[in-house]
Amino acid sequence: MTAKIDGKRILIYVVLILFTVLCLAPFFMLIINATHSHPDIQKGFSALPGKALWNNLNHVLHNDNLPVITGLVNSMIVSVCTAALSVYFSALTAYGIHVYNFKYKTQVFSFILLIMLVPSQISALGFIREMMAFGLMDSFIPLIIPAVATPATVFFMKQYLESTLSLEIVEASRIDGAGEFRTYNSIIIPLMKPAFAVQGIFSFVYSWNNYFLPSLLLESKSMKTLPILIAQLRSADFLKFDMGQIYMLITLAILPTVIVYILLSKNIVGGIALGGVKG
Amino acid sequence: MQSPEKAATVKNKINFDKWGYIFIAPFFLVYAIFSLWPLLSTFYNSFFENYMVGLAQVGPKFVGVENYQTVFGNPDMLKYLGNTLIMWVIGFVPQLAVSLLLAFWFSSPLLRIRGNRFFKTVMYMPNLIMAAAFSMLFFTLFADNGPINDIMMDISIIKEPFRFLSSAWATRGLVGAMNFLMWFGNTTILLMAAMMGIDPGLYEAASIDGATSGQVFRQITLPLIRPIMLYVFITSMIGGIQMFDIPQILTNGKGGPARTAMTLVMFLNRHLYSKNYGLAGAVSVVLFALALILSIIVFKFMYSDRDGKKAKAKEKAAAKAKAEAAALEQAEVLAQEGGPR
Repeated sequence: MTAKIDGKRILIYVVLILFTVLCLAPFFMLIINATHSHPDIQKGFSALPGKALWNNLNHVLHNDNLPVITGLVNSMIVSVCTAALSVYFSALTAYGIHVYNFKYKTQVFSFILLIMLVPSQISALGFIREMMAFGLMDSFIPLIIPAVATPATVFFMKQYLESTLSLEIVEASRIDGAGEFRTYNSIIIPLMKPAFAVQGIFSFVYSWNNYFLPSLLLESKSMKTLPILIAQLRSADFLKFDMGQIYMLITLAILPTVIVYILLSKNIVGGIALGGVKG
Repeated sequence: MQSPEKAATVKNKINFDKWGYIFIAPFFLVYAIFSLWPLLSTFYNSFFENYMVGLAQVGPKFVGVENYQTVFGNPDMLKYLGNTLIMWVIGFVPQLAVSLLLAFWFSSPLLRIRGNRFFKTVMYMPNLIMAAAFSMLFFTLFADNGPINDIMMDISIIKEPFRFLSSAWATRGLVGAMNFLMWFGNTTILLMAAMMGIDPGLYEAASIDGATSGQVFRQITLPLIRPIMLYVFITSMIGGIQMFDIPQILTNGKGGPARTAMTLVMFLNRHLYSKNYGLAGAVSVVLFALALILSIIVFKFMYSDRDGKKAKAKEKAAAKAKAEAAALEQAEVLAQEGGPR
């Protein structure tokens, strides 16, 4: 009996390790190849790290055809601003619905739930034409400002408030003479730190990885974000490129999200089931 | 003493509640300008002839449903819908199967898997990777002279490099495989959360009755997590019809060999890029209709959840599972009595 269970457990661990390897193998190959020089990579895959890491990094950062440093900075600006706006205003909206008893409150929340699943690509046509009319093409504003209205984040924040905030805190703050915005900014936001962390990371990652809209909006070389540079690399004459640099650029594009994830994985994995409404 | 106080709080509440509108105003203002208006404008544009020939602008001129006739009259549209569905299925079917199995193992109180958090953390990671970069990575790894071909030739599985991106099914398979890798961790965690909500008493009862874990899975776990499976299925489908980054980068926007990996959104992107706004509008509206139907199903599911109808459904399901467990027990007894000795 115990032998049977042990056998089964071994089988389960083997399968789990297999999937772990499957998840990690592409990244392993990526990082290994990023440390090899172009001629080494052409010779065939080697599982040992090479010595060209700094060389590749230097070359890709100072590539004349590919503004990689600008791309990194642009991606960082857009993603940080998006994350900040998205968590602040989503929590504000959720707080507004949770704490106050205004007319049509339930309808407002139902509406937010309804629009949560409307894909953004569908309105891309109208969006681009509107930005043209506003003279906002080739600018970061159309990528940042819409983050004020992020339905999925509002939904998450509302659930978080429902499970953690007691209205007595709000009452107490009012009795102490704080205004409504003061209460939100200095009492509620500190209470919501864990939710801000989780949703901030999700917004950051979403914006960092976003390719569809930026590729249609951003035109000039100095405004391009990383996903656009990667697409550009893909459409360039592939064989002329230094493979070491290609692997290094991919590494640079995914590294920030992986680092943030590893540092905060405990919060994130707990948050997925709670939010429960991603793609 | 009490009544004036009460009156004061009531009065206060009336005053404060107006703040609700101020707090939700930024959301709705930005939503109206950056989402709702563009959406309506997309619908409006779909009824106009509006495109570029070289540098010359044609239209906008009202043409009624002509764009829709063009879109539906074009067999490509159906082909791209088919491609999108095929690549979604290639990713989703193994995703659901693997996630069910892993979630069952992780949440099983009998197995007590160690390193549960480590495995979940690793398996969720691909979800956060930039899809464009992930796709570029697969493109380089599976290139004709890439490491995968190198390794396969080293261990003599093949003699000549296999040209993955020249084969329709290999290209679709790669897109499906990437979608699988990116989403199975997410689905595992969602299903696991649902499985953790199952009354452990049911498992205990089944284990006392000597049910195998296969029986427990089929008779107890599966029926109880059916609602969340429906949710996973529909949201994944909504994500599926938006499939863009991965096939776009993998095939350099061309849709692979003979456009067999071209998705609907890639088609839309092409029209948007060439400023062919009339047709882009019609394609958008078709996509909207598809997403709307799927969203209504999810919305109904979530709404009934909020009404507490699901609590009743859960009770029913639990009762059903208990009945099934009892039936199972009887069957076991019968089998033992009637079985060959």
